[in-house]
Amino acid sequence: MSDLAIRVQALRVRLDGNLIVDGVDLDVARGEWVTVIGPNGAGKSTALRAIGGLLPFAGTVELNGTPVDRLHRRERAKTIATVTQSPTVPSAMRVLDYALLGRTPYIAPLGRESVADIAAVEEVLESLDVTRFADRRLETLSGGERQRVFLARALAQGAGVLLLDEPTSALDIGHQQEVLELIDRLRQERALTVLTTMHDLTTAGEYADRIVLLAEGTVVAAGTAREVLTEENLAKHYRVRVRVIEGEHGPLVVPVRS
Amino acid sequence: MTAALRGRSRGVVKPAGLRAGWLAGGIVAVLVAAIAGLAFGSVSLPPGGVAIELLNLLPGVHLHSGLTTREVAILTELRLPRVVLGLLVGGLLALAGAAYQGVFRNPLADPHLLGVAAGAGLGVTAVISLRTGAVGDVTSDLPIGVPVAAFAGALIAVAMTWLLGAAGGRDRSPATLILAGVAVSAFLAAGQTYLLQRNVETLREVYSWLLGRLATAGWHDVLIVLPYAVLTAVIVLSQRRELDVLTVGDEEATGLGLHPQRSRYLLIVAASLGTAAAVSVSGLIGFVGIIVPHTMRLLAGPSYRSILPLSVLFGGAFLALADLFARTAGGQAEIPIGVITAFFGAPFFIVVLRRSRAVSS
Repeated sequence: MSDLAIRVQALRVRLDGNLIVDGVDLDVARGEWVTVIGPNGAGKSTALRAIGGLLPFAGTVELNGTPVDRLHRRERAKTIATVTQSPTVPSAMRVLDYALLGRTPYIAPLGRESVADIAAVEEVLESLDVTRFADRRLETLSGGERQRVFLARALAQGAGVLLLDEPTSALDIGHQQEVLELIDRLRQERALTVLTTMHDLTTAGEYADRIVLLAEGTVVAAGTAREVLTEENLAKHYRVRVRVIEGEHGPLVVPVRS
Repeated sequence: MTAALRGRSRGVVKPAGLRAGWLAGGIVAVLVAAIAGLAFGSVSLPPGGVAIELLNLLPGVHLHSGLTTREVAILTELRLPRVVLGLLVGGLLALAGAAYQGVFRNPLADPHLLGVAAGAGLGVTAVISLRTGAVGDVTSDLPIGVPVAAFAGALIAVAMTWLLGAAGGRDRSPATLILAGVAVSAFLAAGQTYLLQRNVETLREVYSWLLGRLATAGWHDVLIVLPYAVLTAVIVLSQRRELDVLTVGDEEATGLGLHPQRSRYLLIVAASLGTAAAVSVSGLIGFVGIIVPHTMRLLAGPSYRSILPLSVLFGGAFLALADLFARTAGGQAEIPIGVITAFFGAPFFIVVLRRSRAVSS
């Protein structure tokens, strides 16, 4: 069996005829946290959604050594779970029922949730500290609480690979840090592989094992935060003037006015 | 510690689904509506005797109801088929409405959405117009060809909507289909208006059909609708959990291992077939398909696992009761049932809406 949780080769994705992702290669080792960065329109989200099986694509995506097109939809959903950038919040749905949707791949057509499914969801809610919201409607929760519930639904899928598209974009910096710490804790506790996209470069560097910089649909730099988050790389691909300062957990990226 | 917490939360929060209490309530509603519909009319029968006669229909049951032979004949030959038809049509329209609302993620979606009403209307108008002057009596009996024409017109309209919907791309998004339905409806309604203008003398007949009524052709109509009702109910109810998953959007439903497009097509076909069958025997009865599912949603929760089965039961009961009013409230002349459903449905719905807002805030 492969040591790679995700292996992507020559990934190409078209949306409405436009080539958004143009030949991306990307490997994520088991247990690793890789964050994809890049300017708006670089194709980060699109690549992530294609890897998660939400969009059709050309090229190869292998999960734990098996090409995704050989996995049945349900099998794929048990292997990889995606939280999109702003998930739809179904009106009037309660937190418990939303998290239970994560058990869909385990429930036979015409079947219903088993006691084991409910227990699995209750365990996840407990570990994300949202059990007290179980009976609340999802739309009544704050942004940070909602993000935890989205994560709960993904974890309920019991997948070893977690794809998170901008998991902190809707949160203030306090909640950003809280959610990222939570993801890191869960990754260690549950031996998860995490692939995220992120806008905040400093935060991206602090949490990820490796960073992949995407621009115009292709990978232009990949490696540790120190290797990728350089003043030259960012000037070239983001067209921004930044100062990169050495920090405790990685480089700190500070924009400066030119 | 976790076990204790888990045990506690399981007691307090139950997953969404059909609650036994609501299911029992739905069955009681159907029985009450059926017995009321059977007992009252131009001749009143004792409800107790009616209930006993209903039990006598079960194999092996022979109880004394105290009804005369003539009363038993009124019951089983005239009223029972009409009440059963009301239950079937009401259940079908409410179920189809709930399915459309889920598939299109649109609370205003209605069983007549995809051109069913306009197609059936044109079909019926054509049949009645072509037969001009043949019959003078237009009170209750419509020509035999009417249900067939309504059914064919409805299905042709849905097929047109489907083909037109493909013009916006092969995936036929909900918005494209709704727009295609609007275009097809307008086109067919224009055809119907033209025919009506050319044959003004048929106006009254067509109009009485448009307002909806439960035909009194005995068991014949029931047997027409029954197979479609069963097929529609089986298919739509089999997708009840899928409809809940679809509320998070197609992309995420795909991520959860579903095939959203396949579920959607299956539901649209089933709901359209059921609606066409209902329309073919009852005309255009409005309101049931919107009011009943929303009432169920507000009262019993947003899960389609409870909305769909409860819509069948309460939709049937509601229409059977509405038909009772239609038959009895207006003296000798029947009131069109579509008038009754709107007249009682709208205020009732406002009460439910206000109550649920008060509860949630």
